[in-house]
Amino acid sequence: MNTTSPSSPAAEHGGRPQPLLVVRDLKKHFPVRDSGFGGPRKFVHAVDGVNFSVPKGKTLGIVGESGCGKSTTARLVARLMAADAGSLVFDGEGVEEFRGLRLKDFRRKLQMVFQDSFASLNPRLTIAETVAYGPRVHGTPAAEAMRQAHRLLDRVGLEAANFANRYPHELSGGQRQRVNIARALAYDPQLVILDEAVAALDKSVQAQVLNLLQELKAERGLTYLFISHDLHVVHYLSDYVMVMYLGQVIETGPVERIYGHTAHPYTRALLSAVPSMDPAQRTEASPLAGDPPNPINPPSGCRFRDRCPHAQPVCADKTPALAVIRGDAEHFAACHLNDPASGHPAALKESIA
Amino acid sequence: MPAASAPSRSYWAIVWRQLRRDPMALAAASVLLIIVAAAVFAPWLAPADPYKASMIKRLLPIGSAGFLLGTDELGRDLLSRLMYGGRLSLLMGVVPVLAAFGIGTAIGLFAGYVGGKLNMIIMRVLDVFYAFPSVLLAVAISGALGPGMSNSLIALTLVFVPQVVRVAESVTTQVRQLDYIEAARMSGASAFSIIRVHVLGNVLGPVFVYATGLLSVSMILASGLSFLGLGVKPPEPEWGLMLNTLRSAIYSNPWVAALPGLLIFVTSIAFNLLADSVRSAMDIRR
Repeated sequence: MNTTSPSSPAAEHGGRPQPLLVVRDLKKHFPVRDSGFGGPRKFVHAVDGVNFSVPKGKTLGIVGESGCGKSTTARLVARLMAADAGSLVFDGEGVEEFRGLRLKDFRRKLQMVFQDSFASLNPRLTIAETVAYGPRVHGTPAAEAMRQAHRLLDRVGLEAANFANRYPHELSGGQRQRVNIARALAYDPQLVILDEAVAALDKSVQAQVLNLLQELKAERGLTYLFISHDLHVVHYLSDYVMVMYLGQVIETGPVERIYGHTAHPYTRALLSAVPSMDPAQRTEASPLAGDPPNPINPPSGCRFRDRCPHAQPVCADKTPALAVIRGDAEHFAACHLNDPASGHPAALKESIA
Repeated sequence: MPAASAPSRSYWAIVWRQLRRDPMALAAASVLLIIVAAAVFAPWLAPADPYKASMIKRLLPIGSAGFLLGTDELGRDLLSRLMYGGRLSLLMGVVPVLAAFGIGTAIGLFAGYVGGKLNMIIMRVLDVFYAFPSVLLAVAISGALGPGMSNSLIALTLVFVPQVVRVAESVTTQVRQLDYIEAARMSGASAFSIIRVHVLGNVLGPVFVYATGLLSVSMILASGLSFLGLGVKPPEPEWGLMLNTLRSAIYSNPWVAALPGLLIFVTSIAFNLLADSVRSAMDIRR
């Protein structure tokens, strides 16, 4: 393949051990249209103090129900919208102050693949034109950008000779998503944000695209931020998992720890809601009732307490902080149950700290 | 479209192929071609002098010897006048719409792409124009600028600009929030490049169709201005003006009197049908 040189070590600052992306206390509150008669201005707390880091060459899976702030987080990281607070450090460099040319440079190191494969392709451009657009913006001559686009299309499994001059509406969903991946790769990025990138594909196509993503990651040393509500897929693709609820991180850690030694009741509920492959293991009752609370007025204390089977008065009074679980420096969860000192009656018995 | 587009199957080649296969488009285009050719080549094709009046030969019926389509209320050859009249009528129909199409699309794209407060200010200012009926607005502007053809062209342009802006702005606002615009923003491309490559092509279609619908309105408004003495002046032949002056002959010679109106009607319909075909040809997602 070698369409473009995979991100060479020289392009990385600070070497391997430095996380590629560090996000600190990211916040985004959307103002809600008020009634027009004064009164306090209300906000949707879409992302409310999110911290995480993504090591180089790894995949961080972000999971959570609809509306938990996954996609907003992705857009904030991609700087498609401005954060209200918080900082981003990309490969050792602060990103907030990026303007103009610096932002343009940053943008090519970070690319995004969207959920809606059709809406994310310009219907008026052939797929080769779409893939070639990015490099052309960054000064690659048209003919060279086109050759590169053809090579990339070949790499993602769309024979350029056959597909390059097709329009998005002539492709299937899986093929379109391959085009979107090729477009992202055309920038030779370090970080690729996959925002529900396989959610709209049917299972067999999904598997093919996931395998392609894994191959590309290995080939090019990519780092993924993988946003999904499909826990099977996250399990398959991720090295680390971050569980979000109502704009906050409630549990994060290495994938096997999250799936094997769940420390938060919400994560547990999510995992038990996954349909089992074994009919004998069928769960009858839904483990989680109702919808997440209104993000305009999130509950006090622990935001999950309204739906939590273990909720106690202490959960309304005190906000649980992310705390290390079982001494594993990579596994954190925010629940009073894990903290013997929290005052939660069940904490000591059920504590796994 | 970027220059890199494959020559074999470029977007416009596909649109053109679709159009050629559409019988309605071919029919409308042929009718327009005949009308435009007759107008453009009127000095060579017209059988008589359109200004030469004759009191004896007034209001001859269609098919009279020497006057294929009869004569008007001053005995002038109607066929010649219709051919010459096409020059002014088409000009008055096309020029303001073209100008409004250019100006309105630019403003609409800008307002829609920028969004937010600036967009709101631009659109509310243009809404003021909406408060007046088109005819009244055209008359008012024309009256303020003074009579004359160029002034009525300006007046008509000003009447159409807000309408085109509105369509362009609403389509741009829809297109702007699609993921491919976000993806283009991720490229770090300038707003100008994004608008040119990704927004414009997807906005042009609906605006184009709307603008072609305005062609007939423009012709009719122009004739209205002429009637009020604000546009084209007699004895210049112009379809709208001819329709107005022939109105007195509607009882004595209805077919002759109806001819300019018929031409306005046929031209408008042909424009609209062609526009509709172009729109569906431009929508390649079928």
